[in-house]
Amino acid sequence: MEGLKEILFRFLVGGLVVSIFSALGDVLKPKSFAGLFGAAPSVALATLSLTIASNGIAYAAVEARSMVGGAVALLAYTFLVTWVMFRYTPSTLLVAAGLLSTWLATALGIWFFLLK
Amino acid sequence: MVVKFELSALKRTKWYEVLLRILFGGVATVATGMIAKSFGPIVGGLFLAFPAIFPASATLVEKHEKEKKQRAGMNGLARARSAVALEARGAAMGSIGLAVFALVAWKLLPRGPTWAAVAAAGLSWLTISISIWQIRRLIRGHQSSWSRSPRSS
Repeated sequence: MEGLKEILFRFLVGGLVVSIFSALGDVLKPKSFAGLFGAAPSVALATLSLTIASNGIAYAAVEARSMVGGAVALLAYTFLVTWVMFRYTPSTLLVAAGLLSTWLATALGIWFFLLK
Repeated sequence: MVVKFELSALKRTKWYEVLLRILFGGVATVATGMIAKSFGPIVGGLFLAFPAIFPASATLVEKHEKEKKQRAGMNGLARARSAVALEARGAAMGSIGLAVFALVAWKLLPRGPTWAAVAAAGLSWLTISISIWQIRRLIRGHQSSWSRSPRSS
């Protein structure tokens, strides 16, 4: 029951924080500036305090260290999405969802060579 | 180009689009916690920067831009996809700020109060992201003014 409560709490906090950053991206112009909020630390802000409360500061610090690798993978992903969208103008959903594998491959590569 | 707040843009967002974002954000947060529980904080931490909401957000940007152009009597698909590319370019700049956020959180969390570490990390993300965007804008401005000015012989 306690586990289910924690999941529900994480879901609500995460959903709310992510939605607030998305709404900020909607109201800001120009588009390239609004895009900055597409890489906002929304999930991290939603989970860091919860992680510290349940697992302690040392655990959260290790997560933050790995997050640097995740952010590098995000840079690779968004750079590739930008290039493909400008070069070929294909379906957005196809590119944005299809290239998530780039994020995964980069993140796992960083984990294997640098963090493991 | 000046940064503007266009609050009327919120009117274009439909209730189910807000629900979709809450759903994606919530699922991403829960999934990150579960991954950390199953594989440990090293793998779990990577997923704190997973672009879970990006495909949904980009699709909504495309939809809104297309609708805007259609209201003006144009097809607007190419323009909408360029808007997505610009948004992704912004996210690429923001991801450098995100790396700094993580770096600051990693270094400061064990050294002081949590709120101060999180606040410093958040401020670093915002400052670095906006600075990179501004520097790029200035460089682009200089490049276009050089290309417009006549060559001196």
